[in-house]
Amino acid sequence: MKQRPQYFTISSSPHAHSKTTTKVIMRDVVIALIPALIAAIYFFGFRALTLTMVSVFGCTFFEWLYRKLMKKPHTIGDWSAAVTGMLIAFVCPVSLPFWTVLIADFFAIVLVKQLFGGIGMNIVNPALAARAFLFSWPSLMSGTWVTPGTWLPALSAPVVDGVTAATPMESLAVGQLPAESLLDLFLGKIGGSLGEVSALALILGGVYLLIRRVISLRIPLAYLLTVAVLTFVFPLGGNDRLLWMACQILSGGLLLGAIFMATDYTTSPVTRGGQIAYGIGCGLLTVALRYFGSYVEGVSYAILIMNCCVGFFDKLGIPKRFGLVKKAKKGGEGK
Amino acid sequence: MARSFFGGVHPKGYKELTKEKAPVILQPKLVSIAMNQHIGRPCSPLVQVGQRVLVGQKIGDGEGLCVPVHASVSGTVVAVENHATPGGTYTLCVVIENDGRDTLFPGLKKRENIDGLSPEELIAIIREAGITGMGGAGFPTHVKLSSGLGKVDTVIVNGAECEPYITADDRLMRESPERIIRGLQVIQKILRPKRTAIGLENNKPAAAAAMKQALPADMELLTLKVRYPQGAEKQLIQAVTGRQVPPGGLPAQVGCAVFNAATCAAICDAVYDGLPLIRRIITVTGQAIREPGNFLAPIGTYYSELIEAAGGFVKAPDKVLCGGPMMGIAQHRLDCGTIKGNNALTCLLENKKSSYEPQCIRCGKCVEVCPMHLQPVFLHRASTKSDLAKLEKGNVMDCIECGCCAYTCPAEIPLVQSFRRGKQLLRAQKAKEAAK
Repeated sequence: MKQRPQYFTISSSPHAHSKTTTKVIMRDVVIALIPALIAAIYFFGFRALTLTMVSVFGCTFFEWLYRKLMKKPHTIGDWSAAVTGMLIAFVCPVSLPFWTVLIADFFAIVLVKQLFGGIGMNIVNPALAARAFLFSWPSLMSGTWVTPGTWLPALSAPVVDGVTAATPMESLAVGQLPAESLLDLFLGKIGGSLGEVSALALILGGVYLLIRRVISLRIPLAYLLTVAVLTFVFPLGGNDRLLWMACQILSGGLLLGAIFMATDYTTSPVTRGGQIAYGIGCGLLTVALRYFGSYVEGVSYAILIMNCCVGFFDKLGIPKRFGLVKKAKKGGEGK
Repeated sequence: MARSFFGGVHPKGYKELTKEKAPVILQPKLVSIAMNQHIGRPCSPLVQVGQRVLVGQKIGDGEGLCVPVHASVSGTVVAVENHATPGGTYTLCVVIENDGRDTLFPGLKKRENIDGLSPEELIAIIREAGITGMGGAGFPTHVKLSSGLGKVDTVIVNGAECEPYITADDRLMRESPERIIRGLQVIQKILRPKRTAIGLENNKPAAAAAMKQALPADMELLTLKVRYPQGAEKQLIQAVTGRQVPPGGLPAQVGCAVFNAATCAAICDAVYDGLPLIRRIITVTGQAIREPGNFLAPIGTYYSELIEAAGGFVKAPDKVLCGGPMMGIAQHRLDCGTIKGNNALTCLLENKKSSYEPQCIRCGKCVEVCPMHLQPVFLHRASTKSDLAKLEKGNVMDCIECGCCAYTCPAEIPLVQSFRRGKQLLRAQKAKEAAK
């Protein structure tokens, strides 16, 4: 059968591919963050939405600009810059000036992410690093906390007078239970960063990520359980253990950090055992920083510090080589 | 099943394309029979151009680790020359023009009773019949049997067929369960195992029912979870017995021997009917094929004839694969003949490619799915940098190239390709060291 050969694509197996690409994963994270955004709009007004949109735009723009100037292939199509943009807005107060958030975007995308090689190569979480950087303006970052229910219009002036509230974290830091009820803490009717207030919305997003298998329970559960156990065993100020523990879990950035930040692929371990140990480490550091640190919150610094130790945790969790386990009993077994 | 293996993926099966298609007997005009269809030395041709050959006549054999090949049709030898083979190389092939008469070679001997035959005699019959593993790798069956003598306590039949698209073994189990069982009884007679298990994935209820009906009391039928690579030898052994084959080792080291369902049927044909391995069921499938189906085709049938028999292409395919989409070999031309281990021809249409750079995001999904407990993410880095020490430390040689990691990788990095390169680098270095 001498015939003119037909030509086909030659490539190494496998020739099938899962539909879950980087873009699909990043889009799922954006979807999972939407309940928290809706909660923020509900409690703080449309300024929460504009601030988030400015940040998403800023991150995407800086990523596009950097790749363009460096003559590298474009990566904004993978949605990772959009995720960073949303997360940066989520860890800032809703009253933050727009220019500040743009500076944070630049810092996160160009200095933390792109200069290290872009997606997958950065050492620390860009959004958290940007938050740490923003503390160069402490008054903007922790001076004004808008009372929930104060509806800020979409383009309201950054610094708002007369709406400053104490956050639950500030009470906890001095060993007192917050004034808000547990239900308010759970729903998010509290002062705090834009996206961190509503535990309910964050858990909803986390459940979505679990169902879509974007994240596994290993890191968030290890993290939260560690914090729960430590705060239960060592309550400050002679408070009721259970109540103290619940307030510690529901306040501040813990749920946002445990579900969305500590699980960031690039800056967390890849092995199962490593992930569990990493989650426990995040929990230990968070409680230590909350109890002994000079700033009231510890989540972002705990995760940033743990980010730097990922290489160690990766090695920790390497499973046993296939075939090196003890031989099972001869004869095998039935069903 | 209480026990299973670590990792694995769930690729879409597409088995419904051909599941209900009973094999159609194919009578090709020409066959091109490769002299090297197995792991080991190639055969030397025993026939010349112009010579008349009959079905089942030996046309190639050799010394050492070698399995003979036989004429799969009756007719005239028209060429003995280098031809393309599914493996991607050009090897010596005997091309036979089919006279369509299917005249059997008179030397083939039927046996009613095999009680008087010793294991060694049976192994010799199996070798003479040219039987190799029919699941893909093409390991000589007689070698597997003789190296397992006295060591094997568990014989496992692989009917998992975990590769997407393929239904050849499914059809075989439905249509001729008794041949598989009889072949398996021959294996039992040779190896004398304590336990004989037939494993198939639970997406083949009809095959399971057919096998169950033919099943003797001393064999068990295990329905396994649908999870790729359930049918990979090491993973199947792990799922059935809980044992792990040591690195670089053979199943016999943990007392196991695994045979493909089609191989068992071929052993039955060889021992009882005296018929060598000259035809097999092959699934011709994929979105590019007009009428996907199963065919009982003589070994050496040209791909172009198989595709023609399946109604031709709907649209020019992007890839034509010998095997399924997970481990199949991409073909560059259609004028090559099928081989013994060739269970499918999968013709795929073009997939949309991502518009962005494939860059690892360290998601760890590859680590989670690797059934060999490897860390593809780090191996890929080592392979890109040609870091031999890290490749060796990461046990790249343990990789079974199942493709789970590359299938699941969100950045669509060609990980298996990367590891193949890594393995080659290591082998080259080992060879260099040995030469010193």
